[in-house]
Amino acid sequence: MNRLGKFLQIDRRWIFLAILIAVLAPFIWPMGLPIVITKPVQDLYNAVDAIPPNGEPLFISIDYSPSTVPELDPMALAILRHAFSKDIRVAVLTLDPAGYGLAERALEAVAAEFGKERHKDYVFLGFQPGISAVVLGMGINIRNVFPEDAYGTPLSEVPMMEGIRNYDQIPLLITLSGTAVVEAWVIYAHQPYDAQIGAGVTAVMATDYYPFLDTGQLVGMLGGMRGAAEYETLIDRHDAGVRGMDSQSVIHILIIVLIVVGNIAYFGSRKRAPETAGGDAAA
Amino acid sequence: MRRHVPLALCFIAGVFMAIQYFIPHPSVQAWYERLLAWLQTLLAFAFLIGTVSLVRLHAHKIGHKVAGRGYSWVLFVGLGLMVGFGFKGRAPGSPFDFMFQNVQVPIEGTMFSLLAFYIASAAFRAFRARTLEATLLLLAATIVMLGRVPVGDLLHRSIPAATDWILNVPNMASKRGIMIGVGLGMMATALKIMLGIERAWMGGTD
Amino acid sequence: MNMTLIGTTLAALLTIAVYSFLYKDNPFYKFAEHLVVGVSAGYYLVIYYYNFIDPTVVSPVFRLRIGGDAILLGGVDWWMALIPGLLGLILYARFFPKIGWVSRWALGIYVGGYSGLGIAPVMQARVLDQIRGGALPVHALHTGQGWTNLLLVVGLLGTLTYFFFSLKHKGVLGGLARIGIVFIMVGFGASFGYTVMSRVSLLIGRMNFLLHDWLRIV
Repeated sequence: MNRLGKFLQIDRRWIFLAILIAVLAPFIWPMGLPIVITKPVQDLYNAVDAIPPNGEPLFISIDYSPSTVPELDPMALAILRHAFSKDIRVAVLTLDPAGYGLAERALEAVAAEFGKERHKDYVFLGFQPGISAVVLGMGINIRNVFPEDAYGTPLSEVPMMEGIRNYDQIPLLITLSGTAVVEAWVIYAHQPYDAQIGAGVTAVMATDYYPFLDTGQLVGMLGGMRGAAEYETLIDRHDAGVRGMDSQSVIHILIIVLIVVGNIAYFGSRKRAPETAGGDAAA
Repeated sequence: MRRHVPLALCFIAGVFMAIQYFIPHPSVQAWYERLLAWLQTLLAFAFLIGTVSLVRLHAHKIGHKVAGRGYSWVLFVGLGLMVGFGFKGRAPGSPFDFMFQNVQVPIEGTMFSLLAFYIASAAFRAFRARTLEATLLLLAATIVMLGRVPVGDLLHRSIPAATDWILNVPNMASKRGIMIGVGLGMMATALKIMLGIERAWMGGTD
Repeated sequence: MNMTLIGTTLAALLTIAVYSFLYKDNPFYKFAEHLVVGVSAGYYLVIYYYNFIDPTVVSPVFRLRIGGDAILLGGVDWWMALIPGLLGLILYARFFPKIGWVSRWALGIYVGGYSGLGIAPVMQARVLDQIRGGALPVHALHTGQGWTNLLLVVGLLGTLTYFFFSLKHKGVLGGLARIGIVFIMVGFGASFGYTVMSRVSLLIGRMNFLLHDWLRIV
């Protein structure tokens, strides 16, 4: 095996070390690169901004689990901060059981930051199983699927939920999810009931939902940590999303370099010894 | 009883749920709401079947003294603690919440973050531009990876513009085609299940 | 006792235990792996029970209460809570080989119900609305938008043709399928780029926790 072929067989732990250095370095030496806002993020921001204060609530469905917290938690916090800064009432629910603890944590933290009062400015509806059954049920009557809030208070006794019966009284519902729950909201809330749906999704899913954006089935979308960073920039905050963009830049460049170097080494080793080429080493 | 009753129930439930969208009569809508609630209950019980299976599997490991059964004890301790704490209270700051925030959230998050290392290793060892299609894929990926980070905006303004074009034109066209195809497939599968052509959900051989 | 400090330290140690797998598989990783499986199973069990099964089934059937309201034993509300509860319990018959077939009754309602529920909305959202979105005017080729529309239409038709396997991909069909694969590869390339971004974000999140929340050096 020639040198290039041997280079391809390098112990992968050296690559892991390179990634570790690439992610740590910008934390210690931040670059503070500017973030450009894209249309899907701006559209979602505008949709939230258009909700009148102290009126019908913005609904946020926190449908993610701990595995996607770094991408979606910054989105949840940024949207909550935006809403509370404009005195927009917020109702939070979750269709993912693991989202219960995450939703409660995010909502209580931001509500305390803005001095908001439970049941007057915000309500946590908790978790209900069934996804499509819940989404469809909310179109008939929210109280059918959420008779009480997460702490046992009947919705009829929650002042901010007075007169809020179904999607007709919800100006916007934003789902934050790393799974196909976004589709459930579009298919079972937007289609039959014309609910206005926005989404915050992991970057893995973001490219799949561009057709929904194009047809207006989604009013706007945040995609991955970049989407969170853009939203934070719009609300003039530099939190986890913006902080992570420097590391993201460095690692992306490193991965592109690895792809290019790997291909050069591969084709170079094949040119010199085509019968005994390095071949495809398993990752 | 073993095959025909479940198939009949599947058919009746499926047809009812499919046609209720077109029948606004109050009694039909009342049964629709009822059945929606029943489906939620069934899903809740079905989800917990996974927990029962997990307990059975690890109890078997411990009972049959399989190697590595010590870790099964760790699993049961975690499960027992969470259920015990959960019965006592689930408010923020409770032991239940403490375990969730400081055990489940970090471990799950870290496990998925391991993928970043493996994707870098795969980028070096396996991603080869051997064909035109593979080259197109890698080229598009490179442009998108650069365009979606701030450094891409700095390098040249055409990079984010190219990224937007890729997302809004070829990506949109292909994903739309896939979406239509998957949608047609979903409807076909749903009809096959309702009509009893697709019976894999029944399992077994009787 | 500063529970926040204890919690953060515990979380950090468990994070490092999982990352130790990158060097090689070891008992610390296995411990963390099994711990999280047990903890999350217990968490889901508690959340499902207290958020749904207790208020919807247990409370009406055994305590004769729905929310704050009393209900009648044997009344409509009582039966409407008991029946789905029994159906849910029937699902567990699968664990007993002799009566396992009974679980198919509940499963039939569950599978059939969810299948039927999706037909009309999926047709609307995934098929009809997307065909409407894809039906674009392609005559204005003196404008940039005209060419964009043409590419979108050709890309959509090419993608659909590529996945149509009932006819051989030759002649015009083969050419269109070939165009489709070009669009699909570019689309998958975009997905791959975003996937890299997603995985890297998860790592950045954990590093942010270790450096910012635990060690407080950034």
